[in-house]
Amino acid sequence: MASKFININLKIWRQKNANAKGSLESYKLDKVSTDSSFLEMLDQLNDQLINEQKESIAFDHDCREGICGMCSLYINGRAHGPETGTTTCQLHMRKFNDGDTIYVEPWRSRAFPIIKDLVVDRSAFDRIQQAGGFVSVNTSGRTMDANAIPIPKADADKAFEAAACIGCGACVATCKNGSAMLFVGAKVSQYALLPQGKVEAKERVVNMVRQMDEEGFGNCTNTGACEIECPKGISLENIARMNREFLFAAAKG
Amino acid sequence: MSILDSKIPAGHISDKWTDHKNHLKLVAPNNRPKIDVIVVGTGLAGASAAASFGEMGYNVKAFCFQDSPRRAHSIAAQGGINAAKNYQNDGDSVYRLFYDTIKGGDYRAREANVHRLAEVSGNIIDQCVAQGVPFAREYGGLLDNRSFGGTQVQRTFYAAGQTGQQLLLGAYSALSRQIGLGRVKMYHRHEMLDLVTVDGKARGIIARNLVTGELERHAAHAVIIASGGYGNVYFLSTNAMGSNVSAAWKVHKRGALFSNPCFVQIHPTCVPVHGTNQAKLTLMSESLRNSGRIWVPMKKEDAEAIREGRLKPTQIAEEDRDYFLERRYPAFGNLVPRDVASRAAKERCDAGFGVEANDTNEGVYLDFSTEIKSKGRQAAFAQGDHNPSNEKIILMGKKWIEEKYGNLFQMYEKITDDNPYETPMKIYPAVHYTMGGVWVDYNLQSTIKGCFVAGEANFSDHGANRLGASALMQGLSDGYFVLPYTVSDYLADEIRTGKISTDTPEFESAENEVKNSIEKFVSNKGTKSVDFFHKRLGLIMWNKVGMGRNEQGLKEAIEEIGTLRDEFYQDVFVPGDSNELNPELEKAMRVADLIELGQLMAVDALNRNESCGGHFREEYQDAEGETLRDDENFKYVAAWEYKGMDAINSVLHKEDLNYEFITIAARNYK
Repeated sequence: MASKFININLKIWRQKNANAKGSLESYKLDKVSTDSSFLEMLDQLNDQLINEQKESIAFDHDCREGICGMCSLYINGRAHGPETGTTTCQLHMRKFNDGDTIYVEPWRSRAFPIIKDLVVDRSAFDRIQQAGGFVSVNTSGRTMDANAIPIPKADADKAFEAAACIGCGACVATCKNGSAMLFVGAKVSQYALLPQGKVEAKERVVNMVRQMDEEGFGNCTNTGACEIECPKGISLENIARMNREFLFAAAKG
Repeated sequence: MSILDSKIPAGHISDKWTDHKNHLKLVAPNNRPKIDVIVVGTGLAGASAAASFGEMGYNVKAFCFQDSPRRAHSIAAQGGINAAKNYQNDGDSVYRLFYDTIKGGDYRAREANVHRLAEVSGNIIDQCVAQGVPFAREYGGLLDNRSFGGTQVQRTFYAAGQTGQQLLLGAYSALSRQIGLGRVKMYHRHEMLDLVTVDGKARGIIARNLVTGELERHAAHAVIIASGGYGNVYFLSTNAMGSNVSAAWKVHKRGALFSNPCFVQIHPTCVPVHGTNQAKLTLMSESLRNSGRIWVPMKKEDAEAIREGRLKPTQIAEEDRDYFLERRYPAFGNLVPRDVASRAAKERCDAGFGVEANDTNEGVYLDFSTEIKSKGRQAAFAQGDHNPSNEKIILMGKKWIEEKYGNLFQMYEKITDDNPYETPMKIYPAVHYTMGGVWVDYNLQSTIKGCFVAGEANFSDHGANRLGASALMQGLSDGYFVLPYTVSDYLADEIRTGKISTDTPEFESAENEVKNSIEKFVSNKGTKSVDFFHKRLGLIMWNKVGMGRNEQGLKEAIEEIGTLRDEFYQDVFVPGDSNELNPELEKAMRVADLIELGQLMAVDALNRNESCGGHFREEYQDAEGETLRDDENFKYVAAWEYKGMDAINSVLHKEDLNYEFITIAARNYK
């Protein structure tokens, strides 16, 4: 498809810091290439602001390949914007039209406090991981041969699909309850599906769920919004699996 | 100029590492909690090192500039990780991995380091599987492998096109476990801005809390730098936006030598540039060259018609296609090393056969149609259909491709709006990896005592060109299996040192220097953005210190970068304050270092009057356009000493490369 240029209006959340009161500010940006990514459009806006000696808009981003999970943004009321299965950095301006007004907001969730403008603090995810998202094996390299335990391909594939979570937090941001069940479910599932993870399965699910609750994430009411907005297509199955694992662990005490 | 001591142990190449380890000093478990270790960077090398040191019982502080250690750019590595397991029984061995890596690096890497890397490669896979890394498997439940460039065996382990992600999450899980146990303290959204040395030893760092802007002093008995490569000196690269040279450069400024900065890997298969507002280039994994064939039209008029949209690639008949890698390098075909493939693509585009309709016509095809047919047929046969229809073959072939490369195909379609299952991908070389880095000895220690450098940030293992799927191998090897031994040897002499105070003149003056440079940027009321200068730097680097280099261009680059640096300090505008989250300030600090580095790269490239690996000096090529090395005069590691921000004053030191176990030869992939 041939590239073209569009002119757009933007309403972007500006907030000086965690304690300041924020508001939506209006900007006008002309000559945006439809081949640009959404973040390249924001770069262009920032360049315009700097040329006017104004403060640029802070937003999180890094790899810009849809894998690091650092980018976020609520775009026109949807996590990572209008396209499903896409991170904000992989969203392109060809999905917008000339004259559009685009609303850009940060993730909004109690467990993800705003740091500045569009940047939020997602370290709660790290703390959940620290509570049990690992196999307690030392890094000596002196384990058994990698092929010593055959793993059925279907299990390995499912574990991989769960492990493909990029930890961006779209599931939490999009959930009306602010629940982190999809994120935690994916991690629990990855290990539950592999023989290496089964050894500590019980402690893992209990500890991760406990930490999740302590961080102030909400409960799951099965609306399924998280699965729809997940840029990596992490399945709700993982939540079901986590619940099974949790019940099993609780029943066994 | 001095001759550097690489501290390579004596003995046969296969015994060096084992013997060396047996003689390294140890720190007893009861002494480890008294010793502090700083790790800067949390990619594969940094996260694995921090986890390992935490596990051993040292006090570890780990730093990353991202919001979480899991975001480090190792996460974006796609294709795989090499290991000499020989699971495929195709003749692989430690020696072959060692040999392929030395040859792939065009005989500019250190033999002993590379052999060690090959030796520990198998353990890396064992370790990762034990950590729950979900590698791709065959139906029998065992691990699957594929091929990468510069090899004739299948030794690459992978997880779809997301191997880096899975390996990094594995290392991150090990790190998280140590953080949870209180043995590693994690400082995310922190950037190292200086190294503090006391009496010639690394004793800590100055870091900036990126959220509050506060400068912090952190002391340690050893500092490990694992901050990645410097590809972003070109502005456009496959690196993450935040990837930078600053931690490595600060160490260089404090006295560590910087080696082979001109050795840069330009990766052949990336999505071509689309426009001037572009901020970043995207890699299409080398693994695709297992299944894709690279070509341009045989006739210039066809190439022109394609660029003008009058012709589609699928309309070009088989006999009118030039599969130029298969033509020039029949033995390795599409799987020649990256530098060779990139130059061949550039040669065709420079000659007018490029297919991309951008300013430079720079693009070639990566075509999967042959593989779709062949794998589709195989899949149909496997289902018992020995007479499949053409439609069924294509359908099943696409399914096979999707399973192997689905995420890459999806990524390509999002960026270009083209469906690569139906039409060939368009690709072109882009800056991807930097082989050069901080000079380290066999123990990965820089020329500053107590300052160790690992992963892409050091120079040691890949010579003048890195083979695909070897970066992940090196990162984890350094972090899990090398540093724990060699740093402990250094720390054995530190058990009586006691806690190191940050309340000393050395910390004070380092902090003040950082404070002054920050204040200079925020109070410098210039008129141009940081990106304005960064883009200009990138253009100079790409045009004159890029895929093809020559004496005149390099001299111009050195001059132009000097001018650019002066303008940058005079005219850059950094909005906001120093005591808050300020992305423009972060960028300005990084670009200041990239400018100095860029100039040193040109100086290094000008000094190296030969072509080798990714360093292609146009004056030094054979009749067929292949690199022409000069082993008599340049079989050495160039290690530069910092002498102020103008790189023309940098002093060259040399480490001679001795090939005791491999016969040095012209690199031939034909």
